[in-house]
Amino acid sequence: MNRFDYVRAGSVAEAVAAAAEPGAAYLAAGTNLLDLMKGNIARPGRLVDVTHLPGLDRIEHLPGGGVRIGALVRNSDLAYDPDFARTHPAVAEALLSGASAQLRNAATVAGNLLQRTRCPYFYDPASACNKRDPGAGCDARSGETRLHAVLGWSEHCIATHPSDFCVPLVSLDAVVEIEGKAGARDVPLEALYRLPDSRPDRETVLAPGDLIVALRLPPEAAGFAAHSRYLKVRDRTSYAFAVVSAAASLRFEGGRIGEARVALGGVALKPWRARATEAVLAGAEPNERSFGEAADATLADAHPSGDNAYKIELARRLIVRALTLAAAGTPERMPALPASAFSGDALHA
Amino acid sequence: MPDIAYEQARHGSSIGQPLTRRDGFLKVTGAATYAADNRPEGLLHAVVAVSRIARGRVASLDVAAAKAHSGVVEVMTGTNAPRLAQDPDAKHNPFMFRLDLLQNDRVRYAHQPIAVVIAETLEAATEGAELLAPRYEVDPPQIGLDAGEPQEPEGVGAGDKAIVSRGDVEAGLDQAERRVETTYETAAQYHNALEPHAIVAQWDGDRLIVDTPSQGLAMAKMRLAGLFGLDPKSILVRSPYLGGGFGSKGFLSGPQVLGVMAAKLVGRPVKLVLRREQMFGPVGHRAETRQTLRLGTDASGALTALDHHTLTATSRFDEFYEPASAISRYLYAAPAVSTRHSGVRVDTGTPLFMRAPGEASGSVALEGAIDEMAEACGLDPLEFRLRNYAESEPISGRPFSSKALRECYAQGAARFGWDKRGPVPRSMRDSAGRLIGYGMGTALFPALMMQAEARAEIRADGTGTVALGAHDMGQGAWTALAQIAADGLGIDLDRLDFQSGTSDLPNAGIAGGSAHTATAGTAIHSAAAAVLAQLADLATNDERSPLYGAGNAGVYARGGRLVRRDDEGRSEAFSEILNRAGRTSVSAQGQGAPDPASREAYAMHAHGAVFAEVSIDPDLGQIRVTRLVGAFAAGRVVNPRLVTSQYYGGMIWGVSFALHEKAVVDPRSGRVMNANLGEYHVPVNADVPSIDAILVDEHDPHVNPLGIKGVGEIGITGTAGAIANAVYHATGIRVRKTPITLDQLLG
Amino acid sequence: MTFRLTLTVNGQPRAIELDDPRVTLLDLLRERLGLTGSKKGCDRGQCGACTVLVDGRRVNSCLALALSLDGADVLTIEGLAHSLAPGEPLHPVQAAFIEHDGFQCGFCTPGQIMSAVGLIHEGRAGDDPERVREGMSGNLCRCGAYIGITQAVLDAQARMAGPGQGGAA
Repeated sequence: MNRFDYVRAGSVAEAVAAAAEPGAAYLAAGTNLLDLMKGNIARPGRLVDVTHLPGLDRIEHLPGGGVRIGALVRNSDLAYDPDFARTHPAVAEALLSGASAQLRNAATVAGNLLQRTRCPYFYDPASACNKRDPGAGCDARSGETRLHAVLGWSEHCIATHPSDFCVPLVSLDAVVEIEGKAGARDVPLEALYRLPDSRPDRETVLAPGDLIVALRLPPEAAGFAAHSRYLKVRDRTSYAFAVVSAAASLRFEGGRIGEARVALGGVALKPWRARATEAVLAGAEPNERSFGEAADATLADAHPSGDNAYKIELARRLIVRALTLAAAGTPERMPALPASAFSGDALHA
Repeated sequence: MPDIAYEQARHGSSIGQPLTRRDGFLKVTGAATYAADNRPEGLLHAVVAVSRIARGRVASLDVAAAKAHSGVVEVMTGTNAPRLAQDPDAKHNPFMFRLDLLQNDRVRYAHQPIAVVIAETLEAATEGAELLAPRYEVDPPQIGLDAGEPQEPEGVGAGDKAIVSRGDVEAGLDQAERRVETTYETAAQYHNALEPHAIVAQWDGDRLIVDTPSQGLAMAKMRLAGLFGLDPKSILVRSPYLGGGFGSKGFLSGPQVLGVMAAKLVGRPVKLVLRREQMFGPVGHRAETRQTLRLGTDASGALTALDHHTLTATSRFDEFYEPASAISRYLYAAPAVSTRHSGVRVDTGTPLFMRAPGEASGSVALEGAIDEMAEACGLDPLEFRLRNYAESEPISGRPFSSKALRECYAQGAARFGWDKRGPVPRSMRDSAGRLIGYGMGTALFPALMMQAEARAEIRADGTGTVALGAHDMGQGAWTALAQIAADGLGIDLDRLDFQSGTSDLPNAGIAGGSAHTATAGTAIHSAAAAVLAQLADLATNDERSPLYGAGNAGVYARGGRLVRRDDEGRSEAFSEILNRAGRTSVSAQGQGAPDPASREAYAMHAHGAVFAEVSIDPDLGQIRVTRLVGAFAAGRVVNPRLVTSQYYGGMIWGVSFALHEKAVVDPRSGRVMNANLGEYHVPVNADVPSIDAILVDEHDPHVNPLGIKGVGEIGITGTAGAIANAVYHATGIRVRKTPITLDQLLG
Repeated sequence: MTFRLTLTVNGQPRAIELDDPRVTLLDLLRERLGLTGSKKGCDRGQCGACTVLVDGRRVNSCLALALSLDGADVLTIEGLAHSLAPGEPLHPVQAAFIEHDGFQCGFCTPGQIMSAVGLIHEGRAGDDPERVREGMSGNLCRCGAYIGITQAVLDAQARMAGPGQGGAA
């Protein structure tokens, strides 16, 4: 780990000013940043510690509906907030399926949004990686690709975004509130992330000094609470990144689906909103056939980036399963194994 | 030596008791000191810099940049590293593995140490190692089983023959009614004890004190003596607790020696701890295998031939070949058996013994092939195994010293509910619709004996001491050996001072091969018996003693007293005997070693049967081992609580072998791409919902005076195969490559 | 440059001066405060051996920068027994780990125990073994002592929830 300047910010404005310098990085819990620094992947010259900033650790249920979550709210505090978990069960389930209890106790909401890919070539300083070193090439392309992207990738980068939390969030139209040198602005979470294209080093639309201060879920998001699930396929029962994950939220009108919200994790460099799936489901009857057609609509765009064609079929099946579980209804209590294939749910309607 | 030494040990007050760990209090309070917990005065921190390439040479290191970093004291490289008294590539015996100790600029594998940075703080040393920014001359590495021309090794494992056979396998296959030929592949695995290799080294002139985890204290001392040209008596190695070993701490590794060199270079105590990613290279691993088995059976389902061939890899510069075919020498009856190995040389660190070396990898392939053959014969897998039950060791023809495998099969099957297994694959589901599979495997591990010494003493106050440089890497030596010692001396445990874990005590050999309790225990038993014989001599030759005239075979020890066999009402306390004789204590040495005659006459193995239930999502492929039942027969059980834990641990390693562990090596660079515990998976708690271990009674009069077989490694055998077979039974998909992952089950 | 912070460590207020901002909580405890009970197994938040309680919550001390924890209350394995009742040799979780043989080599054990104390304090697993297993999955045990660990946590949880014992650590 390189030696850095340590600056403890007393206010948001102070933080933004201190972090606008080249080479500066914000430090919150550090569960991702310190890991990257220990791996010599990140070498910030200055750490701006925002953990003591006042007011950013609150969950506010807004008067007109909707929720505003401070950037420093810990993952576990959000997941276990009774009101939040009741109104946004898939988000809570996604949070609780990520990492470990210890990491969830430390990691912040904004930190989760901004965690970096787990691509092993990104994490290996001796490998070529366009994300770390623009123009260097991508050793993942012809390397070990079992866990790499099948949607939205480019020749320059085939990495995936590792977050569980973000998957239901993008499906529910979450918005991030940003403070920067130019003042405050809102950005839809989905638009926060960039696809790799030719510059995978540009991961988000954030400018130097930009600080995420809050995450907002609109009032409509709670309208899916009765039929909302997150499901995550992984290589061990717990404490593993997603191979593929899916969030599915449904609102019924009569016996038909009024509106569906679906997103995939583990398939692209951003949490992947499955809008084509949602379009097929609008007004459809909830059954295996409509779910399958809806899944196909999103995965028509998928291509293997290496030895990972299985992920396309897996993602298809996972969308169908997540929709099946969502249609069956949100369980009253958080499953013992959140988002797990072994959570105890019946597999078919 | 009086009879008492070689009498089958008694079930006394300690042996057989499920005592809790005697080191338990220290371990649950954080007070047990592992190597890296030592902080001698003046301590400096050393961090190793490792190679990013797998083959070539280090062209340059920016030593100046590292030294310029605040706090860095010294950088040890090929140019200034202390010269050694012995070439670290010299090999005077098969257990001397070649070490990379900065004696040149050559790179032989990824993560090989290329420099050591020594600093006042850990933070400075860590960054100093990064600042070295090495440049390399790179040669293309040779990686993987297809990389080179396979050769027949001179030996495999710990000096076993590469090829052992009996009968005409080809003829047996020709005559067979049914034949199966099948190939299994197992992945490279790294030990990953949770405690990284660590050393604190202190020089005091020509005296050297090191704190470092070791499964072989005496060998470690001798290795250091050779490399540094020291009198072994001037070296003290302390290893009271190991944070796991699993074979990777059996021999002193290169990085541990580098810690000693660094301390010598700077003239201050140095602590060197490997970073987790550095555990994937210089401290050994289990090499990958590709195993081809050919089996034939007659019309009744009896094997006519079994051929087991293993292709594996060793490093380009040293030899260790995973003896995976060896298990077929011991397990199933067949008139013709052939077991063979070949190996390729690759640019990795040298593979090494890793928990059940050979047996673990061989078992998963053999048990899979047996399952395939049972199905070809239309027989239940348990019935097939019973039809091919070996009444004598298949190749050697020797009788077994004991073998309660039939009881293991019966008790395990009953506890598991094997009779509820549907004969057809993909026929069982749970209420939610998940696929359920049942599978089984036979467990086996040789009952070895090594060499050990121990010292025992009884003092005039009636207390005793047993001392030996034994090793507790979690198996429970502090407890189990003390139980043997207390019974051996005939005193209560709280009257025993049990000393262990340092190299200045009698040489207890190595904690390996599941033989430590048996070997060190035998040494203790023998030392204690010799002490009691001296006491008995004092008493039975003294007219004033109530034991006078009993002869020393006429007494036994219990509760701190010698008791007459012919009249248990007549006894005398140790303290009375010693005080009357004017002695402050009596002491003696004892040895544990294999008995050549019984080893020649008998085949000696522990056996077991493992039954696995898996649950698999039919659409998503995700697997969970929902239930494991293992029944094991391993001779006398010294401490059932600890033995059960050993079986649990071994069976969890079986889960890990079957479903999780795999080092992903990029063949272009030779680097392990998942050299961390986030992506090199081992099971977590949620992966292991239910395990049951049955301790099957077994009396073995031949294996050693205590009747003990090993329990540390057998649990992994049988288990991985049982899980793989259960996956097949659940899905109808036979995956012949471990770890089995969900993408292989999507159908 | 000197960096100052105050921490309460095992009930004792500590004024700490650091010459280096890079020091993690784990390295502070182990290398500078002499509290070596917390273990470093991976140093990357992937094994749980370094688990301590910070302000009553279990966290990986290897991934926490000491400076950013200024003002925090830290409980480590060394202070655990006294945290419940001064003079007690063992906390109920520690006693249960011994009783159920919830460890072998002992290296992951301080982290397992602190994690278990945190889990029980969180109060969400109750007597459900599956919830305990999931809640303890951030602590790797390479020896494979999971069966005993789960039993120990369930047992300690029940004992601590018993009459007059209170529910919190």
